[in-house]
Amino acid sequence: MVAAQKKRDQPWLMRTYSGHSSAKASNTLYRTNLAKGQTGLSVAFDLPTQTGYDADSPLARGEVGKVGVPISSIEDMDQLFDQMPLDQMNTSMTINATAPWLLSLYIGLAQRRGIDATKLSGTTQNDIIKEYLSRGTYIFPPGPSMRLIADTINYTVKHVPKWNPTNICSYHLQEAGATPVQELAYALCTAMAVLDRVKASGEIAPEAFPQVVERISFFVNAGIRFVEECCKLRAFGEMWDELTLQRYQVEDPKLRRFRYGVQVNSLGLTEPQPENNVQRIVLEMLAVVLSKGARARAIQLPAWNEALGLPRPWDQQWALRMQQVVAFETDLLEYEDILDGSPVIAAKVRELIEGARREIDQVEAQGGIIAAIESGYIKRELVGSHMNRLRAIESGDLKIIGVNCFQETAESPLTLGADGGIMKTNPAAEREQIERLLAHRQKRNGDEVQAALQGLTDAARSGENVMPSSIRCALAGVTTGEWGDSLRAVFGEFRPPTGIDIAIDSREVLGKKDLVTDLRARVASTGSALGRPLKLLVGKPGLDGHSNGAEQIAVKARDVGFEVVYDGIRLTPPQIAQAAEEEGVHLIGLSILSGSHMELVASVVQELRSRDLADVPVVVGGIIPREDADKLLALGVRAVYTPKDFNLNAIMVDMVDVIREGNGLARLGLPH
Amino acid sequence: MTVINLPEPEQLAARILRGERAAVASGLNLLDNKRAAARDRSARLLASLSAEQALPKGHLIGVTGPPGAGKSSLVAAMIREWRLAGTTVGVLAVDPSSRPEMGGGALLGDRIRIKNSSHDEGLFIRSLANRNQLGGVATEVWPMSWLMLACFDIVLIETVGVGQTEIDIAEIGDTICYVAQPASGDTIQYLKSGIIEIPDIFAVNKCDLGAPARKTAAEISRSAPRQDRREAWDYPVCLVSATMNTGIKAFHEHFARHRQFLANTGLLGKLRSRHQSAWVIRLLKEEFGTFGLELAGGRELIGQRLSENGVNQFAEYEQLRKHILSRFMSVNPPSSPTKRS
Repeated sequence: MVAAQKKRDQPWLMRTYSGHSSAKASNTLYRTNLAKGQTGLSVAFDLPTQTGYDADSPLARGEVGKVGVPISSIEDMDQLFDQMPLDQMNTSMTINATAPWLLSLYIGLAQRRGIDATKLSGTTQNDIIKEYLSRGTYIFPPGPSMRLIADTINYTVKHVPKWNPTNICSYHLQEAGATPVQELAYALCTAMAVLDRVKASGEIAPEAFPQVVERISFFVNAGIRFVEECCKLRAFGEMWDELTLQRYQVEDPKLRRFRYGVQVNSLGLTEPQPENNVQRIVLEMLAVVLSKGARARAIQLPAWNEALGLPRPWDQQWALRMQQVVAFETDLLEYEDILDGSPVIAAKVRELIEGARREIDQVEAQGGIIAAIESGYIKRELVGSHMNRLRAIESGDLKIIGVNCFQETAESPLTLGADGGIMKTNPAAEREQIERLLAHRQKRNGDEVQAALQGLTDAARSGENVMPSSIRCALAGVTTGEWGDSLRAVFGEFRPPTGIDIAIDSREVLGKKDLVTDLRARVASTGSALGRPLKLLVGKPGLDGHSNGAEQIAVKARDVGFEVVYDGIRLTPPQIAQAAEEEGVHLIGLSILSGSHMELVASVVQELRSRDLADVPVVVGGIIPREDADKLLALGVRAVYTPKDFNLNAIMVDMVDVIREGNGLARLGLPH
Repeated sequence: MTVINLPEPEQLAARILRGERAAVASGLNLLDNKRAAARDRSARLLASLSAEQALPKGHLIGVTGPPGAGKSSLVAAMIREWRLAGTTVGVLAVDPSSRPEMGGGALLGDRIRIKNSSHDEGLFIRSLANRNQLGGVATEVWPMSWLMLACFDIVLIETVGVGQTEIDIAEIGDTICYVAQPASGDTIQYLKSGIIEIPDIFAVNKCDLGAPARKTAAEISRSAPRQDRREAWDYPVCLVSATMNTGIKAFHEHFARHRQFLANTGLLGKLRSRHQSAWVIRLLKEEFGTFGLELAGGRELIGQRLSENGVNQFAEYEQLRKHILSRFMSVNPPSSPTKRS
């Protein structure tokens, strides 16, 4: 029997974060997804595009078209949105350091197609703070970066009023280990830093400032503790309402609404028994839809197999269907807020707000979030929280089904196919993109390009808004690398504190005490046998900036007695080989999460050989499919660690053995 | 038993003197190696290096200061100036180790802070852990800095200043620079501690902070050492900002000026000779104790021998070691059940 048609709320925007190989391939994927009922686009860009390099830059090697679509110029943008009406769609772009550029390409494309910029709607992520803390695709130092964000806000509020120019991200803070309280505090501190910067620019009249506040949206994470997560979002709403009223005097409550989009937690997705991720994703989605007053405006769900590699179209379809079932089959959208009036929920919300206020005060007392980043305070707090999480997983206090309990499993038919249950990017994508880029450089008018770039440099120097000159660059056919290089020349590049300088936790260092003592003895005795303490180089080749894994390994290795040279992100293979030589290390640990492991590891191995360092063993960690792991081992890599190796002690035991084996000592094997 | 191929010291020395980076790296590994066979070769390596080069060559610089003063960024800015002028630079960056009962490991993060993104064959960085040595400067630093001096124009040692460190680093560097943090308790402690006698050049970093930086600079100038300590040297106090790249050029020029001053006044040779003797005694004492020093004739006699003209300190060190070892053997022969190897 069918109930009478009830009045239902409009569902949220449904997106899938996607893009790969080329503008053309991504366009086909987008149009297929829209035909399946997706209501908004979420564009994933590749790392060269995100960090302002052209496809033919040496740093881009192996990264082109891997984690997203390569966009080198307005011609790629045109192909990406081929046969799509820009004025009738909502496009979200995960783009940060180069956000003014990608937005300029979008606006430039609309202009070329005769579409009024006031009709464009969508979002540029454009939050640099979390790039410094977690995601790693920053380019410039904090000062110029904040100024670029202010420029895009000032420009869009006036000329592209339906655009969300910045999406303050707490998502990546959670990925970096943030607790709900830290997520609330640091995201709100970031929003304050952005709004204060816009206010200080003086470009917006005071009476128009509430419109700026209204355009600030958030990008939030939702983890598996969905009751607490739901409370976190209610807390966000309350705190934002209060903050915008008190700090920025926004009188209209509608302009004070906490508007946010969500990607649920891909940190908690597991490689073992990956089918369990489906129920995790659905439960996590509940956190952001259950409470009508704190419901997400847009949702994108990860696919079940993201801990294994890149999802295929079918995997993404499954994720979209989860959203559709909740929105269209269940009765959720028929009710007012079902959590209002619950004393349990109210108490939890209160607790989170109080904790967050204390942490905000801490940050403000240090001079705000930028100062707290430069001093390394926030990064240290996050690394500490992340370490606590890992400790809890190792000790079994935090249960993860299929990982540290209930590991028995039948073989999954989902991963038995010839493709291993994941998507393969087109290996020719890089070469094709470079050819496209070279052809584009030939075709354009060189004088116009030079003049447009000069205009950009002048604006960057003088402090004038960079958006008009960037749009001119877009229309002149300037490339992503040229835009990035021009601003690098003016602003310089930045290396933020790593956060790995945290002290050893003397209560207990990760895991059982005996095990750590045993490990320290192994590290020390192996060092004595070799004549000097064991020295490890940890670094990330390529452009992928997700440094959490590398940092955890570095800290753990220090804790068990290694002398660790942490060389950070964005390294070329020759730089890694050079560091290994100069530092005289016993072992090299590489971390790669972008999927470019085959190309990058092969080049590192090659560089080591050319420097006569072939006997320095290399181990690799990252999201690496089984088949690739075998190939890496065949290349000479001594061990490959993937998300299933959650036990850092076991990794340390193995690393010591890798060193021993390479130096003619017997392996010690697993401790008893 | 492990098979570790130790390099032939004399061949290695020749390659280091030719400036081969791989040889520098393997020489540093050898100097770091504590096994008996390696120690022997280390001494031979150093002896043949110092036989080949005149003592007052190159420039050894020590940079110290409290944590968070921005030493690494300042060092990076100085390196940029040297490299623009075509001067080659070797860096020894020392970071603290965790306590032995906490595993004794170390996170060596200076490399990432010092180097820029471009590939540079004229810059060589080796990171070191201080391995809980009292002074905060690993005993390896002295021989390593000497090795690097054989093939780089400038050798720069960066350490975290924790009081005692300055005294140690003063026994290595020709020129010592202290980097102060504006308005910080550490700097005030430092001014009070009396170790302010040691540095030759002062930098107050983060001068973009304005008044607090000027105030700190004024405090340092007031407490600056007596003018008569090293004849006519003026102990400059510089306001710099590594991040804003201000004041770097003027600050940087003081280093060459100080090096020139040492050479002109004939202090360089004396200074180095004194430093070398201090280290020989320190290392002997570390290995054999006060008793060992007595077996070799006592601290004073050793000091005298080392300061004689034309003495190759490394060769002398090696001879003294062998002498003390043989005396130990006769006191306590290897057949003794308590001394099995």
